[in-house]
Amino acid sequence: MTAGPTRWIGVSVERLEDPPLLIGRGQFAGDLSFPHQLHMRIVRSPSAHGRLKAIELAAANAVPGVVAIWTANDVTHIPPIDFREGPNEKLAPFRQPVLAKDCVRYVGEPVAAVFATDPYVAEDAADLVSLQIDELGVVVDASLAPGEFGGVLTTEATICRQGYGDVAAAFRQAAAVVELDLSVGRHSGVPLETRGAIGRYDAARDVLELHGAAKVPHRNRETLARMFGRSTAGLHLYESHVGGGFGIRGEIYPEDILVLVAAMRFRRPVKWLEDRREHMIAANHSRQQRHRIRAAVDGDGHLIAIDDEFFHDQGAYIRTHGTRVVDTACGMLPGPYRLPHFRVAGHFRLTNKTPAATYRSPGRYETNFVRERLMDAIARKLDLSRVEVRRRNLISSQEMPFERPLVALGDEVVLDSGDYEGLLDKAIAQFEWYKLEVDVMRRRESGEHVGLGLAMFVEKSGLGPTDGARINVHTDGVVEVITGGASVGQGFETVIAQVCAEILGVDYRRVRVVHGRTDRIEYGIGAHATRATVMTANAAAIAAEKVRAKALNMAAQLLQQDESALTIANGDVVRTDSTGASISLGDLAHHLRPASSTRGDRDPGLSEEGWFTTAHMTYPYGVQLALVKIDPGTGAIRIEKMMIAFDVGRAINPTLVRGQLVGGFAQGLGGALFEEFAYDEAGQPLSVTLADYLIPTASEVPHVDILLTEDARSKFNPLGIKGAGEGGVAAVGAVIASAVDDALGGKGLILRLPITPQVVKAAIDELKV
Amino acid sequence: MNERREITLTINDVLYTVMVEPRRTLVDVIRDDCAQTGTHIGCEHGVCGACTVLLDGEPVRACLIFAVQARERSIRTVEGLQRGEQLHPMQEAFTRHHALQCGFCTPGFLMLAVGALEKWPDLNDKQLVDILSSNLCRCTGYENIIKAVRAAAIQMKAQA
Repeated sequence: MTAGPTRWIGVSVERLEDPPLLIGRGQFAGDLSFPHQLHMRIVRSPSAHGRLKAIELAAANAVPGVVAIWTANDVTHIPPIDFREGPNEKLAPFRQPVLAKDCVRYVGEPVAAVFATDPYVAEDAADLVSLQIDELGVVVDASLAPGEFGGVLTTEATICRQGYGDVAAAFRQAAAVVELDLSVGRHSGVPLETRGAIGRYDAARDVLELHGAAKVPHRNRETLARMFGRSTAGLHLYESHVGGGFGIRGEIYPEDILVLVAAMRFRRPVKWLEDRREHMIAANHSRQQRHRIRAAVDGDGHLIAIDDEFFHDQGAYIRTHGTRVVDTACGMLPGPYRLPHFRVAGHFRLTNKTPAATYRSPGRYETNFVRERLMDAIARKLDLSRVEVRRRNLISSQEMPFERPLVALGDEVVLDSGDYEGLLDKAIAQFEWYKLEVDVMRRRESGEHVGLGLAMFVEKSGLGPTDGARINVHTDGVVEVITGGASVGQGFETVIAQVCAEILGVDYRRVRVVHGRTDRIEYGIGAHATRATVMTANAAAIAAEKVRAKALNMAAQLLQQDESALTIANGDVVRTDSTGASISLGDLAHHLRPASSTRGDRDPGLSEEGWFTTAHMTYPYGVQLALVKIDPGTGAIRIEKMMIAFDVGRAINPTLVRGQLVGGFAQGLGGALFEEFAYDEAGQPLSVTLADYLIPTASEVPHVDILLTEDARSKFNPLGIKGAGEGGVAAVGAVIASAVDDALGGKGLILRLPITPQVVKAAIDELKV
Repeated sequence: MNERREITLTINDVLYTVMVEPRRTLVDVIRDDCAQTGTHIGCEHGVCGACTVLLDGEPVRACLIFAVQARERSIRTVEGLQRGEQLHPMQEAFTRHHALQCGFCTPGFLMLAVGALEKWPDLNDKQLVDILSSNLCRCTGYENIIKAVRAAAIQMKAQA
């Protein structure tokens, strides 16, 4: 047997996360309990906008088991929920108070908190709290004139502007101008696990703990410490299993603050679990925008300029993300295309709906739909094929890295690598686009309503700036990797273990990955913006290289060999030619313990820390293609064939990458066809159960062909990897709209997501007239 | 209605005697009173299926049943699928086919699929997809769940 290293990167190994989840021994927020805990229930506003005149608590207080009921007066020392990126004077007035004080602004807004010894009792008592509210007028459409906010401000919190070049001059030179009015509906992540939080104060250590944290525990610790005026040294967050993240989970919400304050005040743990109706009206919404966009093109269909004005429906308050969704929409709108002149203005407007923030592929799902509808319209206007108009505008691989004078997520947009046209060619070939075009023509002649769609997109991933990992090899050879990353179910533990295993020459099952705990590592940026694998895997790789060097150095002394003659295989340091003695990593850790006489002047422990810093995000890219069929009798849409082509740079675990893409696709399909948080004109939410808000089931989600390529490694990190979290969802609205439109005759009738059967049926009936 | 009464539930062949209000749902009692937290709560209105358990072999929504209705009936939950250390073929298939990501819906899907296949071992693909459409998953897009259940169906038949 040779001593060659075992490969773990690029291998579709089974997940380390699975065993407890398969046997019912996962630990989600609802599964956690502490002795003597209280249960919290929130009383929520039934009104979309109104002055809060009185809160009647007597009946609720009389319920046996109720310990306390709080209103805004009980939490006057707590400021409104702050932005993650720090104070922002302009946006500060629009932050959400923990409990509404004088005014309620959306149905679902927390008004009072009931604390009781039993969750059923807390809910009974909450039902007995009566609110006296004087109704005020509501704003439910962000594209209409702004209303007033708090007397002195308007509901237009700010306008985000980006751009470059001379757009006005470009439109004067244009051979053709295409103009569209496009809307994306209100939808969101809707994870299967609702939110949950348990606050616990450990007086013995003077540590305040938040359990049930997710996504960004370290960043949230900083925000919470700032809000409470408490040292981060006495505040810790603990991630448990997370039943889906998708951007919305793990942000700081009023309920997180309340359980912490209550735990301090009552000196008892306080547990809160959201029910599904609450989730639908209280957790972050997303997506809703209306774009008025126009493009100037030359006679050959080359883009000269895009000018976009859009209206972002933020809901009632500005939450932790500030204006991030709109900023990202502005910065990412041009996608994979060369664009000489660009101007975008995003009106960031408040409405009397549940506040909005990020949902998987925020700002891109929306703008991919908008831009790709525009590309289809240009093709139609100039009588070009939809493939050709895209091909003519793609940034070429020779132009990489491609700098755009735009900003997304606070980062200058530098497209690091990519062969967009190469991937388009591969995707078109594998999908058999041209053969299907012929099929579609033939089927239409026999009366079928079938259509093809395509959409191209650029994703972003690996948001920096810096993340770290600490590796400690235990004396039994188990490798512990302590990270500031987080797991939202994506397979974080497995991929980090694979990277460490490859470098350290151990089986990945010998690697334990710690994440989501502020008490184990000082810094971390968690799991968001498709960053966890890119940032933490590179940090872990740096730490692992250092551990490897230390192990070889120690082993060289003990085995009396030259370091260069040694390698690590199956957890043992061996000679590269497999001869002679060997020593296990566990034994080396033993030799490196503080009291060891063989340690020499080395620092104790077979442990090292690694930090990875990046100046820019890295940009994966893809093509989505679809073949759909419409039932003219019902307007129902069936996807007959679906493909996602995606270049991820380098896949650490291809099966997990595919899982991300297919799963993301299903969510995107929901937004394209089924899901919508609808409101009536009084601001009453109409989608408050999973029977109204329609998440796709196994019957609606088609098989998806995945064409996973690794043509363009990232130039911005040593492992060459790009993120896979959002490529599946990013262009689904765009591609389904393109295909349905084509099935309706390619007239540009699809201007809004979701594309409901009613819209399709009406369009078909109109075609018949 | 809020008066507690003593009931005995049989969960995975273990008897649990608990004092519960008649209004307590079966899933709350399984989780909070019997400490079997593998069965999850996703919607509490019978749509998502995360709380699916087998009641006398039949997949049911444990959020839509009161615990008192489950007296003297056999309840099976995800905790009862293994035989000792040996995973059930359905559990093995789920990990082999990457049929779970966050894992929150997984217990419900496992019980739904096991319950259906024990009753109808010869389900065809269309019937299988139809049955799996009873539960929601927000992570996987279902494709790998369907693959896993197909693979497990073959294993279960071989072992029957």
